[in-house]
Amino acid sequence: MSVGEVAVLGVGMHPWGKWGKNFVEYGVVAARDALADAGLAWTDIQFVSGADTVRNGYPGYVAGATFAQALGWQGAQVTSAYAACASGATALDVARNRILAGLCDVAMVVGADTTPKGFLAPTGGDRPDDPDWLRFRLLGATNPTYFAFYARRRMEVYGATDSDFAKVKVKNARHGLENPNARYRKEVTEEEVLASPMVADPLRLLEICATSDGAAAVVLSSMDFARRRGSGDPVRVAAVSTATPRFPNTIIEMPNFATDSAAAVGPPELTFRDSIAAEAYEQAAIAPDDLDVAEVYDLSSALELDWYENIGLCKPGEAEKLLHDGDTTIGGRIPVNPSGGLACFGEAVPAQALAQVCELVWQLRGQADGRQVEGARVGLTANQGLFGHGSSVIVKK
Amino acid sequence: MSAARVPAVEGWFTMDEADPRLVGNKCTSCGTVFFPKASIACRNPSCDGTAFDDVPLSNRGRVWSYTTNHYAPPAPYVSPDPFEPYSVAAVELADEKLVVLGQVEGGAEGLRVGAEVELVLSTLFADDEGERVVWKWKVVS
Repeated sequence: MSVGEVAVLGVGMHPWGKWGKNFVEYGVVAARDALADAGLAWTDIQFVSGADTVRNGYPGYVAGATFAQALGWQGAQVTSAYAACASGATALDVARNRILAGLCDVAMVVGADTTPKGFLAPTGGDRPDDPDWLRFRLLGATNPTYFAFYARRRMEVYGATDSDFAKVKVKNARHGLENPNARYRKEVTEEEVLASPMVADPLRLLEICATSDGAAAVVLSSMDFARRRGSGDPVRVAAVSTATPRFPNTIIEMPNFATDSAAAVGPPELTFRDSIAAEAYEQAAIAPDDLDVAEVYDLSSALELDWYENIGLCKPGEAEKLLHDGDTTIGGRIPVNPSGGLACFGEAVPAQALAQVCELVWQLRGQADGRQVEGARVGLTANQGLFGHGSSVIVKK
Repeated sequence: MSAARVPAVEGWFTMDEADPRLVGNKCTSCGTVFFPKASIACRNPSCDGTAFDDVPLSNRGRVWSYTTNHYAPPAPYVSPDPFEPYSVAAVELADEKLVVLGQVEGGAEGLRVGAEVELVLSTLFADDEGERVVWKWKVVS
């Protein structure tokens, strides 16, 4: 069965970078951008859904209200959501559900972040009860440590090579060249990738996503509202998955020290990453074959290959072939990360899942200048973050 | 005078230098093993157990995956000065059917997927209170 759909009336971004400004400023720019795109005034918005940042103090924990105040209090109802890398999709889900429930016609979703330099670090202080603090303290297990486990595993199980991983970066760097919101817009060669410093073996500096400042915003409305406004044939949100893992989760994940034990109960049919997209496909009542374009979370170049399989583009172990055949390059059968992905953006946590949606909306409207996937009508986003959070959004035209 | 050796985290492993063990616990209702220990409720969604018995985990396992970090992590990790690269392994314990992380004693030498490793105690860093001890995995040669 497919669930109800909502219309995407507007999308907007503040370019990704290291701008050194307050995250609120980025959010306001993205929100106004999305309002202009929708042809709506801020005072038309009835519900504001903010994706939180945990690195910018109290205003970051109440992002919805922070953006609403910055844009000018106008009485809209509000919520704020935190779900690690899936925060933007969770905020989008709340807005979608409110519209589908008939509680409002038009909603604004905003996520923005200002990030520190270098590795994402745990919240400060002495907090031995927090696994995110402890994994740094006891193991020095940075995020790239976990990405490297998956990459090494892929080499061992499927015979992936350093060259395969580098080729993902080369592809995404090329995709993002013309993207005005991307932070890194420079072509790289496989040799340059493989000559970049080793960070967490086998992953090199150019294969691990940076942390960025940035913001993304989406204006949603009911299908009725879109029709009344004569919005023609808007891009629709057909699914938002925020699936959690099923016990026992037998893949080691940030920030954990161990997997669940499968001694008493056998492993579930689907891995966590598989289940994220599976839930979205079920909501939208479509299959992987129906996709024209995808934006997946390439926290590392190697992880993009895992995602090809997790979202059903190919069978386990076939991702390298898909890459080599050019299927996932713009012009290929199912382009992945036409925006340039995290390789070109770096991660601005609460904005990133929304940025994926913005890109697909531009793709489906035929407005992705210099990186257009011709004739794209159905797109899927996928991401995964800490503490059992992940998301997948399907948009249709 | 030798510095006091204190665990870097309380209750996660035994301080038995000859036969160190990670200490998990086991749900008395369904038998699921947890590491670090479960303390509130059994995390098997089909079990309503709330009682657990401590269990020492296997002291040998096989490498599921591994990496060597070439950059100093942020605090609260305490890096030696100058920084030295360190390896971290994800190790599969056959009996407990789980994968548990640990730094690797003795560097990346001999480290590969499937390699047999054993648990050892090692100094994580030293401060005013003494040597902070942590578990590590060591390749069995």
